[in-house]
Amino acid sequence: MSSNIPCRKAFTSKLTELAKKDPSIIVVTSDARGSVTLNQYAEELPDQFVEAGIAEQNEVGIGAGMATFGKRVFVCAPACFLSARSLEQVKIDVVYTHTNVKIIGISGGISYGALGYSHQSLHDMAVMRTFPGMDVIIPSDRFQAEAVTEWLAKSDEPAYVRMGRGAVTDVYARSEGSFTYGKANTLKEGKDVTIIAAGETVGKALEAAELLEQEAISARVLDMATIKPIDREAILKAAGETKGIVSVEEHSIYGGLGSAVAEIVIQENPVPMRIMGIPDEITIEGDSAEIFDYYGINPQGIKKQALSILKG
Amino acid sequence: MSAQEELILHLKKKSVLMRMDLLEMLEPGKVGHLGGSSSMIDIIATLYFHKMNISASEPKNPNRDYFIMSKGHSVPAQYAALAEAGFFPKKEFRKMKTLGGMLQGHPDMSTPGIEAVTGSLGQGLSVGAGIAYSLKIMNGWSNQVYVACGDGEMAEGQLWEAASFAACYKLSNLTMFLDQNSLQACGPCSEVMCIPDLAAKWSAFGWDVIEIDGHDLAQIINALNHDSGTKPKAIVSKTVKGKGFSFAENVVGFHNGAMTREQYETARNDLESLWEELN
Repeated sequence: MSSNIPCRKAFTSKLTELAKKDPSIIVVTSDARGSVTLNQYAEELPDQFVEAGIAEQNEVGIGAGMATFGKRVFVCAPACFLSARSLEQVKIDVVYTHTNVKIIGISGGISYGALGYSHQSLHDMAVMRTFPGMDVIIPSDRFQAEAVTEWLAKSDEPAYVRMGRGAVTDVYARSEGSFTYGKANTLKEGKDVTIIAAGETVGKALEAAELLEQEAISARVLDMATIKPIDREAILKAAGETKGIVSVEEHSIYGGLGSAVAEIVIQENPVPMRIMGIPDEITIEGDSAEIFDYYGINPQGIKKQALSILKG
Repeated sequence: MSAQEELILHLKKKSVLMRMDLLEMLEPGKVGHLGGSSSMIDIIATLYFHKMNISASEPKNPNRDYFIMSKGHSVPAQYAALAEAGFFPKKEFRKMKTLGGMLQGHPDMSTPGIEAVTGSLGQGLSVGAGIAYSLKIMNGWSNQVYVACGDGEMAEGQLWEAASFAACYKLSNLTMFLDQNSLQACGPCSEVMCIPDLAAKWSAFGWDVIEIDGHDLAQIINALNHDSGTKPKAIVSKTVKGKGFSFAENVVGFHNGAMTREQYETARNDLESLWEELN
């Protein structure tokens, strides 16, 4: 079912609820309370909200200092800035120092569409997953975003979480059971081919599976919400039980979900793969739906890639 | 002898011992950051052996004060203080920067007494400000946070983000020592990147600025005791890079250089003579 609640809103609503019970939860942001949808949080929990101004490098360092002091810190800002301008602070102050800081990248991928390449983050999964001990998570709908938020509030580990800007079609009916850390969700069983998606592309993968079904092709669909640590078991099961894997992501074709899946497949059970994502070019401008369509990251495009595997 | 004179004598002795410790860490032929470590020694000695509330037996005691070496390459000066204070044995000095050694080339959280990883310049003040904000504004505690920065480091933009943040939130429990030794890796700071009027800049950013001779212990003590009201404090300290090592004083090459055996012996003899004078 469709909803008008984006993941970022589901995240902040749940975080507000959790922070009221846990005063150690702190949100740090960089003039992004609007984009993150933090206005309500800031109004209701002013003592647990820190405005760092437009200074993302300092923002991450401030958050890490607070975490060093025992706070459970959520640094929230547009993914494009947090994952690039503050990358070194994430590396040193969060990863190396091993602080309990959750880096929450809002409006990730091509969410900002028409604002241009400066506002896109198509590199973030690639860089974040190279950091030792860094969890990398991308929820696929509002319900999973809530479940991820609950998990983050309990975790003591650093994490990078990317969420999109707009509302997406519901993948799940409820929050309960929609997210298990490090585990893929099998949304549809299938025996011919497997589609592994994450984030906003999960809904498209499900639609592609329906299109394939109409042609009597049984496609398995996995929601790989945890990009790191990735669910090796589910990937190897897919490689062993179906004829190949299509990965679909809102990310560069280099270094993200597709690469993570391929790293397992190529070493342990090589099967044909197609990696769908944004190609190696400065992304075209448009709204995110237009950009997805331009690059064929839509149900028809996914179906086409799945068929190409089956046709050999 | 007055209490103040006794304190200064005590700190002078600590400073000599800590400079001897640098010799242990940087034996002949071993490349290390002697210049910026030795320029900080008198300030670090005053912090650890006079001003700061610390506990070697309980490094994470919640009542402790915090010190962050934002100019992370000068961490040998902090290692000297930590070992003199009993945080770890001096036998670790010889293993500094070796495989399996506790003491890395830049601060690492696995070393007792280290509060933040640094090494990439410009980042320590932000972490210190985050700790100071938590202490003062969130918890209402009176612990102090001290951060040491270098003058070459002043070219890093993030420092000025942190400077704005600390002044905006009135982090009066935060003190920044600027180790103004006037040299950096590739030459005089004024030639590599001229940033004039640093004291005026920190003042303009809303900090209470005190300018001192960073080797004059009385001036260091007075600056630390000075009440800055609601402002964070910047102690702009004129220092000599390589201070206490005659062959290294004001020599760019000792930003990260190695002593010869002869230089090592010269330093040892000078420091031993100084030690005898003080006793």
